[in-house]
Amino acid sequence: MSPLLEIRNLKKYFEVRNGYLHAVDGVNLSIEEGKTLGVVGESGCGKTTLGRTVIGLETPTSGGIIFNGINLMTCSQKKRRELRKEMQMIFQDPYSSLNPRMSVQELIAEPLLVNRVCSSRAVYEKTADLMDMVGLAQRLASAYPHELDGGRRQRIGVARALAQNPKFIVCDEPVSALDVSIQAQILNLLMDLQEAQGLTYLFITHDLSVVRHISDDIAVMYLGKCAELCPSKLLFKDPRHPYTRALLSSIPVPKSSSRRKPRTNIIRGEVVSPINPKPGCRFAPRCPHATEACTAGDIPLKEVAPGHYVACVLED
Amino acid sequence: MALSAKTRARKAKKHSEVKEVWRRFRKNKAAMIGLGLAILIVLVAVFADVIVPYDRTTTQVAEKRLQGPSSEHPFGTDHLGRDLFARIVHGSRYSLFIGVSTSVLSLVVGCLLGAACGYFGGRLDNVVMRLLDVFMSVPPVLLSLAVVAALGPNLRNLLIAITISCVPGTVRLIRSVVLTVVDQDFIDAARSYGASNLRIIVKYVLPNAIGPIIVHTTMNIANMILSAAGLSFIGMGVQPPAPEWGALLSSARVYMFRAPYLLYFPGSAILMAALSFNLVGDGLRDALDPRLRN
Amino acid sequence: MAAASESVLLEIEDLHVVYQTDLSTVYAVNGVDIRLDYGHTLGLVGETGAGKTTVALSILRLLPERTGRVSRGTIRIKGRDIMTLPEKEMREIRGQTVSMIFQDPMSALNPVITVGDQIAEAILLHDKQGLTRVQVEERVEEMLQMVGIEPERKNGYPHQFSGGMQQRVVISMALACNPDLLIADEPTTALDVTIQAQVLAMMRRLQEELGTAMIVISHDFGVVAETCDFVAVMYAGEIVEYGTAEEVLDGNIHHPYTVGLFGSIPSLESDAKRLSPIEGLMPDPTALPPGCKFAPRCPHRMDVCTEQKPDTYLIGDGDLKIMCHLFGEGTGK
Repeated sequence: MSPLLEIRNLKKYFEVRNGYLHAVDGVNLSIEEGKTLGVVGESGCGKTTLGRTVIGLETPTSGGIIFNGINLMTCSQKKRRELRKEMQMIFQDPYSSLNPRMSVQELIAEPLLVNRVCSSRAVYEKTADLMDMVGLAQRLASAYPHELDGGRRQRIGVARALAQNPKFIVCDEPVSALDVSIQAQILNLLMDLQEAQGLTYLFITHDLSVVRHISDDIAVMYLGKCAELCPSKLLFKDPRHPYTRALLSSIPVPKSSSRRKPRTNIIRGEVVSPINPKPGCRFAPRCPHATEACTAGDIPLKEVAPGHYVACVLED
Repeated sequence: MALSAKTRARKAKKHSEVKEVWRRFRKNKAAMIGLGLAILIVLVAVFADVIVPYDRTTTQVAEKRLQGPSSEHPFGTDHLGRDLFARIVHGSRYSLFIGVSTSVLSLVVGCLLGAACGYFGGRLDNVVMRLLDVFMSVPPVLLSLAVVAALGPNLRNLLIAITISCVPGTVRLIRSVVLTVVDQDFIDAARSYGASNLRIIVKYVLPNAIGPIIVHTTMNIANMILSAAGLSFIGMGVQPPAPEWGALLSSARVYMFRAPYLLYFPGSAILMAALSFNLVGDGLRDALDPRLRN
Repeated sequence: MAAASESVLLEIEDLHVVYQTDLSTVYAVNGVDIRLDYGHTLGLVGETGAGKTTVALSILRLLPERTGRVSRGTIRIKGRDIMTLPEKEMREIRGQTVSMIFQDPMSALNPVITVGDQIAEAILLHDKQGLTRVQVEERVEEMLQMVGIEPERKNGYPHQFSGGMQQRVVISMALACNPDLLIADEPTTALDVTIQAQVLAMMRRLQEELGTAMIVISHDFGVVAETCDFVAVMYAGEIVEYGTAEEVLDGNIHHPYTVGLFGSIPSLESDAKRLSPIEGLMPDPTALPPGCKFAPRCPHRMDVCTEQKPDTYLIGDGDLKIMCHLFGEGTGK
């Protein structure tokens, strides 16, 4: 089966005062229809820029985004507009991503009105359906975002993304601004919707337990590059990249034993600047196994086991 | 059916929001005094003909020149024997008209340019802002003077002159408010589902920038009234015999020592008008400021 | 008895805090009891609006002056009732006996003063021995070293430090006067997970070395597990479950809310496809339900729950205390 979305050697550089910020630096990913690809990494790793570039909010510096077999970078403007309707986004902050001057109904109807999908009567029927779908009570139709809690607001964000019957949704940290009990409600909703409508997700998050829960495959990003890519269970069972291992061992475990357990695997140092990065592995300055080979040249992703890709010289 | 529910909801929201702002505004004594004064001035301007007929502003009675306040002429008479009370009452129309119309005019220009610059940024923003910098490097009074001097002193040119001197500030303000709104995620969201730039500016950006714009416009009215009076005072604005307040002051200058009341009354009128709109603007700013919401 | 009370550093009894605005009254804390001994660490866990931060601010008497107020209860630090202390003595307690760090380190640091000078100021503020300049400088370097920053960086400005480093500076300022109690309000929430691990490990090390008692406020059981001996779970201004870390984190007996919280966290071990979240929302803090505050969301709700506020029951022979009717007499559980 050919993938629904393919990202080929995607690069996004931002011009800054003293050079170029390599936000996304040559990322290759693909997602099959109905699956979820989790992208995980710390702040500044380029995961949000990746999502924004895929959805068309940023223009890539180079590379290709192939959706349904059509390269969005080379196809006609008209075709692109058409395809973009099938790609939507759910934003991180349910407070700032909703126009405070619009009611729930107006917010959800907006994509339909903007794209003149159907008659205004049908729009409101469709809006009511969408509200049911995401579990918003109809009595809230005329409420305004500021009257609602974070969980309900994020449901509006989900309904709005679903309005045009998309195939593919970029979820940019959709639950990280929410409390855990609400977070679980939204995660369940996203998984139910995926099952019911065969949606495909690119799920961006910094939270490893969330990404493990929702994803089929996981890509670990570090400073604009993909460090490791593999099926989600495998990543937690057999992490190969030193950064992935560091990341996994950094998660605080809610068991009393974690207090006494000596932490051996804490990674030292901090993320270096993504501006004009040096060639080679971006993680090398912090890596306990770094050798000269790490900074000699670019290290491509290598298949170390079926479906398990790692970008590390240790795997040679 | 669904649509009516929608409009009803919208009304309810507007209603409650206005009510909320009014609740906070009401608690501010100074602002309420300002509002009272402003309403008084508006009423006087609207009902000027009812209060005192217009011809009393022009009737010259030679034997009644420079008479102090009396029951017949509550504010006294000027050097041509005209009733000062009637002239001040009718003069309010000029002040109010100039203040409001120039503020609205600069608001329109400010919204167009400010929103465009803040939203699109880039080269357009650079060109417009540098151009405005040039305007702002000239003191506003001097700028107005230059415009009037070039076009000739009359009411229309006065309006143009004052508006030009006020536009740069308004554009800058609206641009900066727009910049903070554009930063928010809901603008990106609108882009992600394909809303056009025009729609985003009109439905997303401006409604969320409305608070500071209202405050600025109210304050502007006060400033414009002052500039108009100032320009008329030095003879570059509304020309006598029109009873504009600044013009009244100007012709009273000569009689400053013989008939000081000729200065007191128009002066107080100008002060009152400017102060009232300033107080209202101040009160609105506090009432609209979300940080003070509780 | 006297010996027991001497080991108590902080004692909070029946604390009630309200935030009063002209439109409504928010009942933020509704009867909290906390006892913390010297050198012990307590984790306060709960979601937004549970009242965790309010409890912490009450201990320092730093509630927002115009709106917040303690409506009932006592707080004793080293046996002294702080509710009646004059502001001058309270200032001495802050920093010297109790100090606090917040979630956002940048807002706790003055951007135009070097970090070294800021730490020096924290030292001098409560200096009783009349330290000389050289001694203060030495102490600053010592503090920086203690939190894992090279002393040479003392002349840097806050913006030259990363978020994790800033939080280290803030912690060193908080510890500068050897306080008996450190309150950390979401100390690592703003940090990335690898940096969080570094900071937590450092906090654990400092706690062992200095023996400072700590209250760690967090929404994350993991953070609390890394740092605390005792855990209190808060919901709607009450402590619904309290016990040792073993009892609360590993035990099988829990308040239904705690069960819900654990069910909401996607586990790194289990493969459950669906999470079992708590239905519904936090109650409106201006109109709390009578009886048990969790009753409207509780899967085990009984008639008595909506009518009567549950007592706190001691479970087993340990420290575990749960505020729930399920554990009352006659209910058979």
